[in-house]
Amino acid sequence: MIIGLDVGGTHADVVLLGNEGLIKYIKVPTDPTDLFTTVLSGLEKITEGVKPERISRIVLSTTLTTNAIVQKKYSPVGMIVSSGPGIDPEVFCTNSHYYPASGSIDHRGREIEPIDQNQIKAIAEHLKEAGIQHVGVVCKFSVRNPDQELQISEILNKSFEKVFLGHQISGNLNFPRRIATTYFNAAVYPIHRKFFEAVRKSLEKKGLKVPIHILKADGGTMTFESSIDFPGQTILSGPAASVMGSIAFASDEEESLVLDIGGTTTDMAILINRVPLLNPMGIQLGPYKTLIRSLETHSIGIGGDSAVRVENGKLKIGPERKGHAMAYGGPVPTPTDALFAMGIMQEGDRERSVKGLNSIAAELGIGLRDVSAKIFNLACRKILAEAQGMINRINSKPVYTVHELQEGYTVCPKKMLVLGGPAPYFAKHLEKLSDFDVSVVPGWGVANAIGAALARTTCEVTLFADTERGFVTAPEEKFTERVNKDFSKKDAVDKAYELLKQKALQRGANLDDLEMEVLEELQFNMVRGFYTTGRNIRVKAQVKPGLIHKFNSVADWISSDSGRLCNSL
Amino acid sequence: MLHAKYKTGLVFFPAFDWAISPTHPEREERLLYTQDQVFEEGLFDIDGIIEFKPDLVTIEDVQRVHFCVPDVCNVMTESHFISAGGAKTIGMALLDRKIERGFALVRPPGHHAMRVVHGARGFCNINIEAIMIEFLRQTYNIKKVAIVDTDCHHGDGTQDIYWHDPNTLFISLHQDGRTLYPGSGFTNEMGGPTAIGTTLNIPLPPQTSEEGFLYTIENIVLPIINDFKPEIIINSAGQDNHFSDPITNMNFSAQGYAHLTRLLKPDIAVLEGGYSIEGALPYVNLGIILAMAGLDYSRVKEPNYDPASIRQKTKVTEWIKQTGEVVLNNWQQKEKIKSEILNAKEFDERKRNIYYDTDNLIETQIETLRVCSDCSGVLKIDSSSDRGFRILAVHIPRKACKDCKEIGYRWYESEKSDRYDFVFLQDRTEDQYRVKKLK
Ligand SMILES: [Zn+2]
Ligand SMILES: [Zn+2]
Repeated sequence: MIIGLDVGGTHADVVLLGNEGLIKYIKVPTDPTDLFTTVLSGLEKITEGVKPERISRIVLSTTLTTNAIVQKKYSPVGMIVSSGPGIDPEVFCTNSHYYPASGSIDHRGREIEPIDQNQIKAIAEHLKEAGIQHVGVVCKFSVRNPDQELQISEILNKSFEKVFLGHQISGNLNFPRRIATTYFNAAVYPIHRKFFEAVRKSLEKKGLKVPIHILKADGGTMTFESSIDFPGQTILSGPAASVMGSIAFASDEEESLVLDIGGTTTDMAILINRVPLLNPMGIQLGPYKTLIRSLETHSIGIGGDSAVRVENGKLKIGPERKGHAMAYGGPVPTPTDALFAMGIMQEGDRERSVKGLNSIAAELGIGLRDVSAKIFNLACRKILAEAQGMINRINSKPVYTVHELQEGYTVCPKKMLVLGGPAPYFAKHLEKLSDFDVSVVPGWGVANAIGAALARTTCEVTLFADTERGFVTAPEEKFTERVNKDFSKKDAVDKAYELLKQKALQRGANLDDLEMEVLEELQFNMVRGFYTTGRNIRVKAQVKPGLIHKFNSVADWISSDSGRLCNSL
Repeated sequence: MLHAKYKTGLVFFPAFDWAISPTHPEREERLLYTQDQVFEEGLFDIDGIIEFKPDLVTIEDVQRVHFCVPDVCNVMTESHFISAGGAKTIGMALLDRKIERGFALVRPPGHHAMRVVHGARGFCNINIEAIMIEFLRQTYNIKKVAIVDTDCHHGDGTQDIYWHDPNTLFISLHQDGRTLYPGSGFTNEMGGPTAIGTTLNIPLPPQTSEEGFLYTIENIVLPIINDFKPEIIINSAGQDNHFSDPITNMNFSAQGYAHLTRLLKPDIAVLEGGYSIEGALPYVNLGIILAMAGLDYSRVKEPNYDPASIRQKTKVTEWIKQTGEVVLNNWQQKEKIKSEILNAKEFDERKRNIYYDTDNLIETQIETLRVCSDCSGVLKIDSSSDRGFRILAVHIPRKACKDCKEIGYRWYESEKSDRYDFVFLQDRTEDQYRVKKLK
């Protein structure tokens, strides 16, 4: 049996899944000041009466690292950044202990200027004096040649608890993002480590000695052990949980738009034949753009509890949420209140909803029925417009070859999957207003926890070969080898797959779930003085996000008739 | 966080699967290291720098500028539709006010492509700047445009297209034609009889350095532009003046290019040549983009940049100052020269041989212009190449007078001789293109 747990803003959803399907689900309230207790009580309740040895896997999706960053509750970090020529690294400053240093590597990974050992030693002294334990080291083009980051780390060695190196965080080129990502990893490391060690110890006490997997923002998982070096990847895993939960119900031959309609926001994502679309760069947190792999998601400030008001004679919804809907004792009218007034939703204080909506109706000079319909309509139309905007943005992303531009694959989903609290109420109207074929994800109330439970381990490998200089390297994987001139793109792809397989297994993947694919393969003849002197090869491969095969039956069961019983979850 | 001072649009299209031939300078690898540098610097993440996907130009867009022989599809590859399309995208974004400035970092280039196109010359098939400009004129009703060509080679294609257009100021800075392809671009090349002075050439001696380029921009180019008062300024931003370029002999630098861009303030820059793909392009492009966006570029330096070693010799400086005086004088005298010519004759003829180095063919042209005092004059070109085609091409300019337009149609309609494979008519007053097959 497997457990999936997804911590949300107000409550945590926990599910227990077996071969026969969804065995049990619970919701526990989230205590934002004590996530440990929230997680533990969720796990305790779900395992009540279950023999520990029957549990084979636990997957957790928490808001721990996200909250730490949003609330700036993390320990101080030292950053050492070496840029060489280009934009002044001062503009990428992440924190007060931020030290630009000498050293330079060029685009082909050649050392242009060595590091200054004495300078690094002096910075290390400053950091020690400031009581800093965690350091990030980032050099420009370190993903082409990590030597200078390694040299700096060597000098820092033993003086600090942990040093994070930029080239190990991602294989992508983007120095400013590498700085921010390395910084976030170092910043959330202590809290992440302390939290999950405590969870593991508590579970072991109860006799639960199973690997703990953690959900990442890309909809994949990694084991707690491997997350120690990349805690930043757990940031913003929440939207991914819901998207993964909807996968089992998506067509495997068509594209689907997934809408998770919550109280405050509606989150959107795209599935292509049951594979979620990834953001090619990484997530953005506040002003910081990162290299943290994530799903392509779009979040808008329209949800069931969005505040409704009239501004300059015009109806406005969101983006702020002032509390619950008035039907549940909230302060201002919301789209949910409109649903109550129209009689679509029940089991709340309809009188309060009507009272709130009447004041809006009066301002607009229309009746209650009209104002309710208008609010609901506007909310749906805004969601649809934003969804179209997201699709357009995805389709207008630049490409760099004639072939890609001509053959240009465009995303055009015809199916829509809706989940989240008000899902069933919105679904019908969204279908009426659009050309989408809309359905509600069965078990939408706990789809997020199911998604976490069933998500497979994902990872990515970036490989770079320069046969003129005679090497192939994947610095993220600590891999470099000499190659001769006949090293080909095929050799590079084979090598990338080999490294990817190793990495995935090490991070907790099952051999059965290694659905690997090449994301990018480019080969250039390098010509110097009218002669071909070598090849420049770039390969990127990934394990696709998706569900583990072992529990295919769970998804089948949930979508079957008996499973539909839990649609009211 | 970085915020661009000027909202800057970029089209980046490196055409990673297109080459003239595998070892040609214009090959797949050309913008590879530029891409690496641009990505690693995180340029597309800067607030106020926006990347656009290139549109494709249409056949009509091309026919607004060129007479392609035998037709458009025979002289263009997909890559040309995209690179010209990239320039067009930037132009539209600018005039739709989505951006304040823009840079089309595209390949293949275009500034050696002339009005009549039989094939590729100087690595160019079609003139991507001219196609963009004429599209903008047609769609946004732009009138006065200035083009400053800072590629190391004379922009002879752009010069040819705007030779008779008094509303397009074309200024080319380049290595002296006696020492470099295409061998033209001397100070006495000043435009046709009805557009004298709006073509200006500033040949620079080999080994011209930052000092010479910036002197020329500040003291010659900018005063002339201020005088001309264009609605938009286009920079044909070739990067082969770089000290490390393998096919030229100049001593310019990334710092110099960035500084030039800051002085010139082009609304639109379009990449032209530049073949030092590792040592120059990554840094020069970075410098140009930062300068366009109004951001600090003081730390953008090539690894082997040593200003002292490329300092300009006094002789070179003197030479440039003298050339500058000639050019300024020509600019000031242009109305006088023009009025003398206008009264002299009704038709002006020029006969030329044009060599297409890339495709190795020779074109022979006889161009006849009606020297009109009411407009820039209708023109016809009798053109044949040693590849076999002979055509007659009639161009009626955008602001043609009634007489010129009538003459243009008469030329087109009355020609029936099978000496010609085709007769073409480009009627810019109606934005029309007609083809008559005679063989
Ligand atoms: Zn050139
Ligand atoms: Zn006329």
